Amino acid sequence: MSNAEARLEMLTRINRAVSGVEAPALPAYPQGQRLEHEAMLHQFQDRIEDYRASFVRVPAAEVMEAVEAALAGAKRVLVPAGLHPDFLPSGLELLRDDPPLSHAGLDGAEAVVTGCAVAISETGTIILDHAPDQGRRALTLIPDLHICIIRAEQIVQSVLEGVQLVEASVQAGQPLTWISGGSATSDIELVRVEGVHGPRRLCVVVVDQIPVH
Amino acid sequence: MSGLHPAKPFPEAARDKVNQPQLRANLRKVTHTIREKRLRAVGELPHWEELRVLGEATKDASLANLSDRLLQLEASVKARGGQVHWARDAAEAREIVVRIAQAHQVDELIKVKSITSDEIELNAALQERGIHAIETDLAELIVQLSHDTPSHILVPAIHRNRAEIQALFNRELPGEGSLSDSPAELAGAARRYLRHKFLTTKMAVSGVNFAVAETGTVCVVESEGNGRMCLTLPEVLVSIMGVEKVLEKWEDLAVFMELLPRSSTAERMNPYTSFWSGVTPGDGPQEFHLILLDNGRTEVLADATGRQTLRCIRCSACLNVCPVYERTGGHAYGSVYPGPIGAILTPQLLGMADKNANTLPGASSLCGACFDACPVRINIPQVLIYLRGEVTAEKGVTAEALAMKTVGYAMSSGWRFEGALKLARVGQGPLVKGGEITSLPGLLGGWTQSRDLKAVPPQSFREWWKEREQGSE
Repeated sequence: MSNAEARLEMLTRINRAVSGVEAPALPAYPQGQRLEHEAMLHQFQDRIEDYRASFVRVPAAEVMEAVEAALAGAKRVLVPAGLHPDFLPSGLELLRDDPPLSHAGLDGAEAVVTGCAVAISETGTIILDHAPDQGRRALTLIPDLHICIIRAEQIVQSVLEGVQLVEASVQAGQPLTWISGGSATSDIELVRVEGVHGPRRLCVVVVDQIPVH
Repeated sequence: MSGLHPAKPFPEAARDKVNQPQLRANLRKVTHTIREKRLRAVGELPHWEELRVLGEATKDASLANLSDRLLQLEASVKARGGQVHWARDAAEAREIVVRIAQAHQVDELIKVKSITSDEIELNAALQERGIHAIETDLAELIVQLSHDTPSHILVPAIHRNRAEIQALFNRELPGEGSLSDSPAELAGAARRYLRHKFLTTKMAVSGVNFAVAETGTVCVVESEGNGRMCLTLPEVLVSIMGVEKVLEKWEDLAVFMELLPRSSTAERMNPYTSFWSGVTPGDGPQEFHLILLDNGRTEVLADATGRQTLRCIRCSACLNVCPVYERTGGHAYGSVYPGPIGAILTPQLLGMADKNANTLPGASSLCGACFDACPVRINIPQVLIYLRGEVTAEKGVTAEALAMKTVGYAMSSGWRFEGALKLARVGQGPLVKGGEITSLPGLLGGWTQSRDLKAVPPQSFREWWKEREQGSE
């Protein structure tokens, strides 16, 4: 058995199978009704709360207080290198992933605070492209509480817009994580249980007009 | 059951299942719950039908250029530091995974729920070589611990109720013994058991929901976070995908991220989806293998009618709306692909050469609910009828083959069908008892062994409509 032999045979079979088959032209992507910015933010809030995650919207000056409230007493907090320092309350034991923490080290954190790449209102989805304000994938996976700070202008309405906005990151080879609420399962009698392996709690902080870091 | 090969013909397997009242009650409850939820999730999007049409066209376009797409995917994944393997059949795919595991000297690996890995019977092959595969999806873990087999694409342990799972976890999970039957507590026990495995296991195996040729991006859609754990924390990752999962461009993914969650778990979006392209330095597994699996798919692709089966995105909406699945459950189909999609996919993957699998296209009332629910518009009833014809054609001229041919001919035009109904009304006279035909004569008797036929009514809908229209003029 050789890989080259299998490859050649599979490609030959495929070419024989579809010889003469024309690819259909793709219809235009269907658009739903467009929402005004404010309505879109309300839709996003509705979706996030429907997933039983928490949602607050604050002016830029109050981000730190919002993060402090969301931490609810958690002290050992993971912070990606690129997160805006003004967002963090004082008195925390900050864990920086530099040099990279071991899995056990990450497991010792009670919470993680990050930004995001883009968010989608129709589905209540947050997309991480693991830029420096979000850190590598394990950071937002192992701690039990994820606080995600989203600038209001990062929120778009449709899945298509979200996909388009992260294309550059994908082309650059970055991984993506899409998060819609906390981890959940419905495997036992279809009863939804929030919180299985990923962070059991997700807190979304939407901020109006953040100064660019 | 193991892999694709049913141990019994469907009518025989189904007879055992429909006589189990607890199973039927469980199935009825879950299929109805998820059906209603799906209708709400889909109803929220007024342009749902257009999304389905786009999903259908996107998959068809990719399949029409499949070899180009696969070569492009291979090149992109390699350019990003991944390795690509081609597997003609299940044995080759298993062997590739085993070789990788042996090269890293692992005796244990973690798995994300993957029907493709069940299709190739990977776990047993690994076990034979002394490598234990741990299922990390809650339902798959339940199935594995109870030495059972999955019965649903999305919720594989749907045939088990909470009391059974409580007993199982108390018996099998180390350190447990006093768990209650609350689903939250049972999920918590699975979290405790798997946490250490996630943090320390060196190798993981996953399936693939979609792969993007242009960027080499692979995608896994999930709910619990076990997927993210397996895809992020181990050093070595092996992902197995059927060749039909490839899409051309990054943007092609958008429509499927709308269609799949609403059709599958009936949510606006599933909790977690991971996308990665080859190896990301400093983030996640630093060794990545992608296995491209044929295992009968290219033969399905060669069939002009059967080809649409390969559009399937494994959402399981067709299972949940199917009156046959609702009564028999997934095990009766004897394959890792149950329900209406399984009834057309399983026999085709086996090249229409497996006697038991060839009974699966009969596992349908042809009501058409599966086609309506399918997010990529696979015309399952059409393929079912076509495959029934194929099966009977192989048997030579039988009463059923003749009947299917005749029905096909009669239904191909309105006036022929009406003419046939008029003839039937006269011919059925002596067979009808209380509006039903319970026993047909001669060669057709086999048809009525497990079904009653409604007698042809004195007036058809078309005739009634015509009369009504004329009356109102």
